[in-house]
Amino acid sequence: MKIGVVVSEGPYTHQAADSAYHFVKAVLDSGHEVPRVFFYHDGVNVSSRLTIPPQDERHIQNNWTNLAKEHEIDLVVCIAAAQRRGLLDANEANRQGKDANNIADGFRISGLGQLIEMGIQTDRLVTFGD
Amino acid sequence: MSETKKFLYVNRKAPYGTIYALEALEVVLIGAAFEQDVSLAFLDDGVFQLTKGQNTNGIGIKNFSPTFRALGDFEVTKLFVEKESLEERGLTADDLQEIMYEDEDDDWEEKPSIKLVSRAEMADVMADQDVVLSF
Repeated sequence: MKIGVVVSEGPYTHQAADSAYHFVKAVLDSGHEVPRVFFYHDGVNVSSRLTIPPQDERHIQNNWTNLAKEHEIDLVVCIAAAQRRGLLDANEANRQGKDANNIADGFRISGLGQLIEMGIQTDRLVTFGD
Repeated sequence: MSETKKFLYVNRKAPYGTIYALEALEVVLIGAAFEQDVSLAFLDDGVFQLTKGQNTNGIGIKNFSPTFRALGDFEVTKLFVEKESLEERGLTADDLQEIMYEDEDDDWEEKPSIKLVSRAEMADVMADQDVVLSF
């Protein structure tokens, strides 16, 4: 079965990004597919590569980056939600005349159409939020 | 990607205290381009999103409530509002803005997009969907 996942709350403040991570691992372990995870609302903050949690804490962004690399999961960050919250990739930073970018490896910025497309193309859509 | 699925956007939060309502509406507007069978549900504090006469001058946040009246142009014509949620908040249908669409299958007659449903009926609406996105 193909399962699409939405993360709609920010890291550390809320458990959503952790629960989604454990869910995706369990789904993959069960032999199902997770082609894409879509980050929306404060969930976009998971994608900041400037994230530095204390060393004895889980690193939520690294967890996702590594999982995506290992299983070829498409981690999509909503561009509108990201720009509101100060998250930019190199292209957008350049286009908007900003002096920095902060999207981590394994994540890509794209539009809400990717969320709808995921809803159409997967068998189930599971949201982790408030 | 010609498959058509039934999408339901569930709105449960008041319009300005958090960003969920605005960002839900942005999904609905983008999603309209995908020609799916779209419905919106308003329950709990989400019913406040549709109230008429909203004025946000005092809080410095953009009033996005007029956008709901444009949904008909995007062929988003099914707005289910839960009666019990209205009643629990001292609201009636008269407190909601008028949202109309032109029915192309009925000589473009203007019809109301808002449909009041009971909690039990709302459960049926939800059970009937392929994709439910909750905000």
